[in-house]
Amino acid sequence: MNHKTFSERLMEPLFLLSAAVSIASVVMICVFLFASGLPAIAEIGPFEFLFGQRWKPVDVPPSFGILSMIVGTLYVTGGAIVLGVPVGILCAIFCACFCPKKLHKVIGPAVGLLAGIPSIIYGFFGMQLVVPFVRTHFGGNGFSILSAAIILGIMILPTIISISESSLRAVDPSYLEAALGLGATYEEAVFRVVLPAAKSGVLTSIILGIGRAAGETMAVVMVAGGAVMPLDKIELLKPIRTLTANIVTEMSYSSGLHTDALIATGVVLFAFIILLNLLLGVLRAKKEG
Amino acid sequence: MSEPIKFSIQDVNLYYGDFQALHHISLDVPQNSITAFIGPSGCGKSTMLKSLNRMNDLVEGCRIEGDILLDGVDVYRQMDAVELRRRVGMVFQKPNPFPMSIYDNIAYGPRTHGVKSRSQLDEIVEESLRAAAMWDEVKDRLKKSALGLSGGQQQRLCIARALSVKPEVLLMDEPTSALDPISTMKIEDLVLEIKKKYTIIIVTHNMQQATRISDRTAFFLHGEVVEYDDTANLFSMPKDKRTEDYITGRFG
Repeated sequence: MNHKTFSERLMEPLFLLSAAVSIASVVMICVFLFASGLPAIAEIGPFEFLFGQRWKPVDVPPSFGILSMIVGTLYVTGGAIVLGVPVGILCAIFCACFCPKKLHKVIGPAVGLLAGIPSIIYGFFGMQLVVPFVRTHFGGNGFSILSAAIILGIMILPTIISISESSLRAVDPSYLEAALGLGATYEEAVFRVVLPAAKSGVLTSIILGIGRAAGETMAVVMVAGGAVMPLDKIELLKPIRTLTANIVTEMSYSSGLHTDALIATGVVLFAFIILLNLLLGVLRAKKEG
Repeated sequence: MSEPIKFSIQDVNLYYGDFQALHHISLDVPQNSITAFIGPSGCGKSTMLKSLNRMNDLVEGCRIEGDILLDGVDVYRQMDAVELRRRVGMVFQKPNPFPMSIYDNIAYGPRTHGVKSRSQLDEIVEESLRAAAMWDEVKDRLKKSALGLSGGQQQRLCIARALSVKPEVLLMDEPTSALDPISTMKIEDLVLEIKKKYTIIIVTHNMQQATRISDRTAFFLHGEVVEYDDTANLFSMPKDKRTEDYITGRFG
């Protein structure tokens, strides 16, 4: 039977159109970003832009150096990874290997909900609880790298937990049996056989977590303070400005080269995300090969 | 039987929830011999095997009555499951090498039990692979992934891995059912070879295999042991009609 119904003939182009929309969006975003950003970088000078430490867009003459924001993004993201990855992976191990079924019925949806909370709510939570907590217990005014790292560490948890957990569950149960059969305890079998077997999934979750943390804007703006610090003044308990925060705080009043420099900031962030995706591709190719 | 008794199974009943999988099983397994458990699918032979190293502990709702003694010591009441499994190794139906190098597969067991020295590990790896008659095949690619080996090689690697912790008993759960005839023959030769040092209990679907390698055979049916005797006797002059029907291929 090679006969297609009317609805089938109608759906096919619809599917194609849907696919085309997403591809076209990516292409258009790339074109827009690079078309507006790259000339700005060229005008400012790539070296001056990437490695300059002075960000004075309204001075005469202005300076557009984003190094401290690049470093800020790296610090905040790194902090989120340091805090979020161990918690996330251990939680995933607990969910996949140790958690009683009944308890999982609570934890599973809770983790799902964590993923669905809008970032502005995280930011709000950060301002009301994390910032005062850091101020009281660690010092400074609370708006800091540490606060941002804590909030981002929580925000990347669902990404890390859900992907790590599913890759742990996908591990052939016969590995566990074999390890136990050799006289390993259940914990030894989980940590030294099951976890290594799920390695590529766990690494994938970490990379996606990095991407999420580096690209997060609203929550970071609300707890990080936002001051552009010279490199030698960057400290864990001092305010910081990230690439994303730079764009969102200044976009509304900028014009001309300033606007383009902000778009160029986006180009740098975008390049970073592309790099992460390439890394992910390499990881997946390695797994299949 | 001149050899001492290694495993003594005494009136064992096993339940999965409400379902009784084993009924009043009693049998003695002599040391340094090969004992085969045969019977149709679902007869309880694998369940019995997995009770011997307490792999059934992992199954939810599994309950066991009666005594299983290893060298006279009750494995459920007087022994730690981890210690038991070190002494009673297991080879599974499907070859299941870890997704690591050949070397790390063998070294996993000893490392788990605290062997750290590189030279000692090297020694154990070589010894175990030699015992499994595959040292010459793999000695040049110890660092390569075990998953690159053929099915038969993987299964022999699993035997080597089981031997690496120097167990006293080796349980084999249909170890050749996923393998081709040549690999099967190699494993059978290997089993006959290592019998000198180990007590082996093998579950098999293949009656020819039981006659080829085992000293004693137990025939399981519906969770009971119908007959347990020297292999030669059981296959040449079965005492029970059901045994005769099964070994002559009338069912199962």
